[in-house]
Amino acid sequence: MPHKVSFPQFGDYWIPFEHLVTRGLEAEYVVPPPMTKRTLELGGKYSPDTACAPFKYTLGSLIEALEAGADLLVETGGACRLGYYGELQEQILRDLGYSFEFVNLAGANYSKPLTLLPFLKKINPHYSLPRFAMAGLAAAKMVDGMDAVDDFVRKNIGFEREAGAFEAARADFFRELRAAADRKEVSAALSRCLERMKKIPTDKPERPYRIGVVGEYYTIMDPFSNHNLEWELAKKGMVIERWMNLSGNRLEPAKKVREKIRRYTKYNMGVTCMSTIDCALTCAKKGYDGIIHVKSFGCTPENDAIPVLQNISRDYKIPVLYLSFDLQTGEEGLSTRLEAFYDMVVMRKRAWS
Amino acid sequence: MKIGIPRALLYHYYGPLWEAFFRALDCEVVLSAPTTKATVERGSRRSIDEACLSSKIYMGHAEELLDRCDALFVPRMADEREGIMCSKFEALYDLTENTFRDRRPALVDFEIDRRAKKGERKAFVSLGKKLGKGRLASNLAYFSALRAFEEDRSRRAAALEDSLNADKFKFLVLAHPYVIFDDYVGRPLVELIRAQGAEPVFGCDADFASCLQASYRLTESLPWSFSRALCGAAVLYANRVDGIVLVSAFPCGPDSLVNEILIRRVRNRPILQLTLDAQDGTAGAETRLESFADIIRMRREAGHER
Ligand code: SF4
Repeated sequence: MPHKVSFPQFGDYWIPFEHLVTRGLEAEYVVPPPMTKRTLELGGKYSPDTACAPFKYTLGSLIEALEAGADLLVETGGACRLGYYGELQEQILRDLGYSFEFVNLAGANYSKPLTLLPFLKKINPHYSLPRFAMAGLAAAKMVDGMDAVDDFVRKNIGFEREAGAFEAARADFFRELRAAADRKEVSAALSRCLERMKKIPTDKPERPYRIGVVGEYYTIMDPFSNHNLEWELAKKGMVIERWMNLSGNRLEPAKKVREKIRRYTKYNMGVTCMSTIDCALTCAKKGYDGIIHVKSFGCTPENDAIPVLQNISRDYKIPVLYLSFDLQTGEEGLSTRLEAFYDMVVMRKRAWS
Repeated sequence: MKIGIPRALLYHYYGPLWEAFFRALDCEVVLSAPTTKATVERGSRRSIDEACLSSKIYMGHAEELLDRCDALFVPRMADEREGIMCSKFEALYDLTENTFRDRRPALVDFEIDRRAKKGERKAFVSLGKKLGKGRLASNLAYFSALRAFEEDRSRRAAALEDSLNADKFKFLVLAHPYVIFDDYVGRPLVELIRAQGAEPVFGCDADFASCLQASYRLTESLPWSFSRALCGAAVLYANRVDGIVLVSAFPCGPDSLVNEILIRRVRNRPILQLTLDAQDGTAGAETRLESFADIIRMRREAGHER
């Protein structure tokens, strides 16, 4: 019997994971149910209080995946607390009495794909490497494509003439991705979607409001965690720019980044700090109308980036909205803050012109 | 030349090394005064709300020293022995610089990144250079400082062994040294443990290498080396104490997960978890510690084997 594999929800990136597991490893993939309030409640209940929100979200998601029938869970590693999620989450789930196999990628090094091989064996002892490699190429293309489409949507959805046009194009694209057999089909779906989106009629002013979104890896990429703030803002008629994504293809190489932000930092401040600061500085220099800094409550590296962002904000007179998410973050409070930020941005622009 | 060292964060671990190094190079060392309420308040004003208590305390100390020295010593430390550091220590230099930018602070720094092969000796020699000292003098200063540091470590390890042999009931205290040895937030708890007639056993004083080695019996993938050493201390000493007290600054990234692993995996001793923040100080913690001590004393008196 092939394993029923699952991975915590993380935006829409389950689509390429599913491809990797089903086509690449010939196992089953259990798509964890979309996150809901219940996911949060489960995650919050069984996580240590002071763990960061992404820990709680992903734990809740793993529980729901087990409930949906998964028998092998995969958790990733990372440079911050993320590097220890796996071991603790496994312990918590075992203490809750679930039985499952666990593949903790904290031991792998993504920049050296060969270190992944022993983990693949755990998922399917008879997997075929060429097959997995093919699926890997397709999945990577999917991630690239999803990132490109989302980037386009963020910049244009606020100006569509017919409400829902972009969302529909995006949804169709994601459906096609799930059906795609290989990299070629992924590429074809991507071109179709981009073509279609370019044709969607929009009323974009010559100089629209531009907002840059920077911050912590998980919260920034998971719309459920950040209450879909990008679209909410975009739909007020703003171009939303975000560089951080899973493919990482919009971020500049670390060395170059260090050079660019030299005026503010001498060393690498760790984890995502450098790209957060670099992207914020780019917004400032390019005359964006504002920056939103997104992170989970208590995220040490992103906390430490804040004093630097404050200095950038002073030097370039660019407003920054600091948002820190935890399980208590309410829809309403957030909307009010976004609203106030929007008003301020609009007023400033009027005052300048 | 007057070098200022904030009495906070890793000063509580590496202090003897740093001080001895600067003194061997004929620099005068100015330490900030032990933490008081005012230090915490000063540091909190200079920090964002969400920064951990230890980081706030650091900023309080740093600010106190800005006008009292020629250069403030702020290390940057990334990867340590067998693991990483909390990213606070990677960020500390630039965090301090950006926090006090309006005061144009003179900082002198060094960088230790063991995995990037920027080891300790090299870091100290280039620090010496920044202070205008020659390579030879810096090397010699480093080696004599290292001796001072190692003496301090073995003194502490010996004191730990004495505590373990004390004829009292004992608490293994697992906390970052800058939390538990801080005069304002940690010391009162230590004194309280003593006032209860118990002996505190400081996990962070144990021999680092043996702790690291022992830690693998408890946890496989724990990334932070200082937390790993504390886990090792739990493995080595849990059987020799009556209870375990975890003391953390709020909100602490590593501790938020590591404490949970300890609670779930160290099953043979009662564990008390205390979290300290800038608003409440130690008041709540003291009450909880007292009742924890009461329970353990009662169990002992009732003749429970540990
Ligand atoms: S380990 Fe915890 S207390 Fe220490 S600096 Fe990091 S977050 Fe702060």
